Amino acid sequence: MSYALLLFLGLLSFQAQSGELSSHEMEALLVKSINSIGSNRLDTALSEVDTLLKINPNFKLAQMLKGDLLMARVKPITSFGDDPGAPKDKVNDLRDEARARLQRVQEQIVTSAPKFIWQLNPEQHHAIVVDTSKSTLYLYKNVNGEAHYVENFYISVGKKGSDKLSEGDQKTPLGVYFINAHLTQNQLTDMYGKDAYPLNYPNEWDIKQGRNGHGIWLHGTPSNTYSRPPLASNGCVVLSNDDLNHIGKSIEIGSTPVIITNRMDWSSDADKTAHADLLKAIEQWRSDWSSLNTNAYLKHYASDFFSGNFNLDTWSTQKRLVNSGKSWIKVNVSNVSIFSYPTQPDMVVVNFEQDYSSNNLNNRMKKSQYWMKRDNRWQIVYEGAAS
Amino acid sequence: MTRFNRFNLFVALCTVLACSALNAAANDFQDADKLFKNGQTELALNKVDAYLLTQPKDAQARFLKGVILTEQGHTEESMRIFTALTEDYPELPEPYNNLAVLYAAQGQYDKAKVALEKAISTHPSYATAHENLGDIYAKMASQAYDRALQLDRNNTSSQTKLALVKELFNPNMKTSGNPKMQVASASPASAPALVASPATASSPVATHKEPVPDKPVIAAVAVANPGHDVLKAVNDWASAWSSRNVNKYLSMYAKDFKTPGNASRSSWEHQRRLRIAKPQPIVVSIGNPVVKMLDDNHAKVGFVQFYRSGALKSTTRKTLELSKSNGLWQITSERSGA
Repeated sequence: MSYALLLFLGLLSFQAQSGELSSHEMEALLVKSINSIGSNRLDTALSEVDTLLKINPNFKLAQMLKGDLLMARVKPITSFGDDPGAPKDKVNDLRDEARARLQRVQEQIVTSAPKFIWQLNPEQHHAIVVDTSKSTLYLYKNVNGEAHYVENFYISVGKKGSDKLSEGDQKTPLGVYFINAHLTQNQLTDMYGKDAYPLNYPNEWDIKQGRNGHGIWLHGTPSNTYSRPPLASNGCVVLSNDDLNHIGKSIEIGSTPVIITNRMDWSSDADKTAHADLLKAIEQWRSDWSSLNTNAYLKHYASDFFSGNFNLDTWSTQKRLVNSGKSWIKVNVSNVSIFSYPTQPDMVVVNFEQDYSSNNLNNRMKKSQYWMKRDNRWQIVYEGAAS
Repeated sequence: MTRFNRFNLFVALCTVLACSALNAAANDFQDADKLFKNGQTELALNKVDAYLLTQPKDAQARFLKGVILTEQGHTEESMRIFTALTEDYPELPEPYNNLAVLYAAQGQYDKAKVALEKAISTHPSYATAHENLGDIYAKMASQAYDRALQLDRNNTSSQTKLALVKELFNPNMKTSGNPKMQVASASPASAPALVASPATASSPVATHKEPVPDKPVIAAVAVANPGHDVLKAVNDWASAWSSRNVNKYLSMYAKDFKTPGNASRSSWEHQRRLRIAKPQPIVVSIGNPVVKMLDDNHAKVGFVQFYRSGALKSTTRKTLELSKSNGLWQITSERSGA
């Protein structure tokens, strides 16, 4: 072991003493004390919990364990949160948090690329994937367009779970979203912690599916608590204030993707093949459009295509009309990002910058397309300006 | 080793007490003790101060002074006295115990815990300290639960349920030749006269199904006395406690009864049930009751509470506040001490 490494480890332990435990270290210590309880080393468990609470007195789950460990010295403990006056729902919430955190620590961290991130554009330095079923948020960094694992965090989601359908259903939406704003403490009530990052829910696909509601954010926790139970919000994704502050450094407003799934999955060879096929299809679409081959261009659009008030018919009429007025056009596509949709097999969200020039009009815009693979062919089901 | 030290201490005291030149001073101490037991704390304090002028190091007298000051609510000074006693006589568990009680009253449970653990480390069989430590753990647990559940029960408030030891050791044994071993005896049954929880809610209550030998004795009350019903309620309360009739006992407390430490009603009831369910007979009786009618439906009753369970005995002055609703007098507040 090198001297530098020893020094580094020394610094780590110094940090721990001065109350700078990371959320991972705190979670690990919590699980350690749960394991100590499991092996009936109650005094050890209590001292571990005390250490944790000295650093973080607002860690409610640790307080609950402390209560049980002390109560165990007075009388036999029959259940978690053995306080006769305790509201059952709150005890159950903390028990759920204990389970979720235990599972998080016990399961091996998979550092492969997630199935949902096919390609990041050069401006997206980071990407986020939320697995609602594991109370976990994964942070990735962009390495040559690919997602490389950075770290993961405990999170809370909607009280009623995921797959939001309608306003007030207290569920967290599943889909591909982007962070489109940053609210700071002075714009927020204490309930939302120190930061909030609104998502663009409902996206075009959600609206098409008849989903509604609004105000789905990533946000922090109230000042009197370190973390919240796994199912706690009205649909938002909630992180500890420290964690959100940490992740905030990686967030770029208007571009950082947040993919929310209820079943984390990892990238496979089939995904890579599909990715390559899709890139070819996109290039073909661009070149068919650029060459003013309107029939070939329109073949890229699905029969149930939609774009605002347009369907395939009205879109085709409009495009034929526009193209007939052109002697030449050039279309350039750059900054492409591609995400596969967690709830819709064979559908991907493609965002890019479109540089359009022609004999009578030039236009540069950010565009969003939803492509779906049907009958072994990639087709565009939605196209519009990126929100 | 501890026991040996303790024994030595006792012998030293006996020698001092046996010295006739100091008889007058010794009488001061005994008078102080008596006065205190009769509730005349101010006079008791004067006497014990007089005694301490001649015997400034005397552990018993200093201890008594600490207890008197505690009763009078002079917490800081009594803490100073008990702390000094733990420094001068680290082998005595009682000063630690009382120090712990005072820490607990301030919500400093961690310090209380440490003090009690010291008391127990010197005297592993010291029943009061064990009992108190149990209370401290329960209190700390409840505090942790409240933080965990974001409940607002104000558990850091000052009402303590812990037994304050009122006598350093049994005065009757002081002059007999072979006394103090009992204090340090391994059996909790021979613990010294321990006593008086400042709040009944937590005094060691123990019980089982045998008939209770000593029925609470209540002063005869004239029928015309408006306090008659109030006194009857207090009598019923003591009687229910003595006979370990938990349901009846709990029913004597009004819905809006101020639980010690503002604990939730259910957790307070739970604790009382646990206490009263202990398999040891208990006897509670009251003496010198004074009823003060605040108005037609509110009354305050002061009395001396005699409590005995196993070897634990206590004499506490207690004040109950009662209010009448639907023709029923129920306890709304329970306070110990002056």
